[in-house]
Amino acid sequence: MIGFATRRFVQAMIVMLVVALLSFTMFRFVGDPVNQMVGIETSLEEREALRERLGLNDPIPIQFYNFLSKAVRFDFGTSYQFRQPVSDLFAKRIPATLELSFTSALFALVVGVPMGIFAGLNRESPISKLFLSVSLIGISLPTFFIGILLIFLFSVTLQWLPSFGRGETVQIGSWWTTGFLTVSGLKALILPSITLGLYQMTLIMRLIRAEMLEVIRTDYIKFARARGLPDRLVNFRHALKNTLVPVVTITGLQLGSIIAFATITETVFQWPGMGLLFLQAVQNVDIPIMSAYLLLTAFMFVAINFIVDILYFLIDPRLRVGRP
Amino acid sequence: MPTVSNEEAKAAVQDRSGVQPTPGRMTRIVDSDFFHAFLRSKVTVVAACGTLILFLLAFLAPWIAPHNPFDLASISIMDARVPPVWMDYSDPRFVLGTDDQGRDLLSGIFYGMRISLIVGFCSVAAAAVIGITLGLVAGYMGGRIDAIIMRIADVQLTFPAILIALLIDGIANGIFGSLDRDVFAFYILIVALALSFWVQYARTVRGSTMVEKSKEYVQAARVIGLPSVIIMARHILPNVMGPVMVIATINLALAIVTEATLSFLGVGMPPTQPSLGTLIAIGNDFLYSGEWWIAIFPGVALALLVLNVNLLGDWLRDALNPKLR
Repeated sequence: MIGFATRRFVQAMIVMLVVALLSFTMFRFVGDPVNQMVGIETSLEEREALRERLGLNDPIPIQFYNFLSKAVRFDFGTSYQFRQPVSDLFAKRIPATLELSFTSALFALVVGVPMGIFAGLNRESPISKLFLSVSLIGISLPTFFIGILLIFLFSVTLQWLPSFGRGETVQIGSWWTTGFLTVSGLKALILPSITLGLYQMTLIMRLIRAEMLEVIRTDYIKFARARGLPDRLVNFRHALKNTLVPVVTITGLQLGSIIAFATITETVFQWPGMGLLFLQAVQNVDIPIMSAYLLLTAFMFVAINFIVDILYFLIDPRLRVGRP
Repeated sequence: MPTVSNEEAKAAVQDRSGVQPTPGRMTRIVDSDFFHAFLRSKVTVVAACGTLILFLLAFLAPWIAPHNPFDLASISIMDARVPPVWMDYSDPRFVLGTDDQGRDLLSGIFYGMRISLIVGFCSVAAAAVIGITLGLVAGYMGGRIDAIIMRIADVQLTFPAILIALLIDGIANGIFGSLDRDVFAFYILIVALALSFWVQYARTVRGSTMVEKSKEYVQAARVIGLPSVIIMARHILPNVMGPVMVIATINLALAIVTEATLSFLGVGMPPTQPSLGTLIAIGNDFLYSGEWWIAIFPGVALALLVLNVNLLGDWLRDALNPKLR
């Protein structure tokens, strides 16, 4: 166990280092940092002085080291378009993205798992077929178009729910703002989280259905039925438990892509989160924000992968023996 | 490996080397398991017809579209935001209404679908070429080259494709500057999509290459002293193409969605050469003022296109997978 965890940890560190190198290359070589920071009328001497002060004349490995040691302390430089430290901008927007991601992951699990179990156990029922067709549409509709349809239906036509922003937020502690505590905040969460969670929901549903179908065909389930165990016990104690391994993996990995796809949802709903910030950075070539976003999301992905690997190991006892 | 994909691979080789198909080939296709399975699945037949119709509409757009949305002389700002024919204040010339510049929406959708499909096909082809090449090399050479290529693939696989495409697009913006963007947008988009999707091909091809490598025909080719490049391209490649075709079909749908998303986010195709995503982005600005058709119709077209291609890809995957028969 310890050996496995250590090996995974080392791999994760290598991935982070590679991403950091990419991020640094982008930061340093795409566009000239000095040109972005000064006006046209700045003289060559002033530019040179700034260059020296920023350490842009140091050897590249030293610059990379400085970049790394700053990044570890969450110092990602100053945004070109906002003229503010990137870390402050991120800190202000992280709560919005995390709350949205959390709500949509919850939605995906709470709706997707029961649907999947039902469709897996009642394969021929018309409701299962309806679930499957709906899920196919859910996979085929692009996220942003789902958002537009929801806005058109619930905000423009019915005028039930707001179509943009977070509603009223409440400040907790020094920097966390939450929309969970106000009515308008909760209402504002509904459409974006459905938009963001729908794809994950269909994925989880199809996965659980497929796993269920496979598991109920196995001998031990047949045997459990032959023993006369009640259906409820067979289905939930024996079958469901064994479908959970891939579900945990996929759900964990999907958590990462929820954060990434939040970029799209946040743009459709003008949700003031990190994704929207990143997209504005891409449009305006704000390299410090882009490279910081790359590093942060990479860190989240790597951390999630690492945790999922460890969980996998804990859930599935077969992995514990005879693994190189 | 199912026999069907081998046959397909042989057919592909014949096509490439210019050998005339044998007379019995058509009957062989009609008689095959593959074709029977196809006819048995009604959904798939419908999806195939739907895909064919949409492809035809898209590629024949210049001949069948009622208007040319790129012909500045024929469009008039006076026709802007006309609703579809079944609503009040509509104009019989514009079946699905017009957009904010007075361009016919139906024609815009045909042309937009054409651009979406061209970008989709080109990026899938580019991703396949990159992925197949790297996969073949990794699988055949093994050792350090294999390790390096596969580690890169692993790192990239931890990120969703859309994020990578966005980053590449952002970097390209930084290098080219916004002035040249419209000119290069098409190529930047294809590169961004290709670099986001190559990993799947590389992993699959590497896996099958490692299986094929140990087979006798490859060893025989080695013994007679053929260079590695020839062995990889002529001998192994045709035998690993089966799964690649399935991935390519499923990836086509994914590439179309990703392209539409990038264009919707404003970093893909520019409004001067609108793809379906660009059209939806334009329409999104008018959604709140009640002009819903500008965004919804291109969106429906996009959804239909993706749904049909997805259905086809799903079926192809199941049909070529003997485990599920």
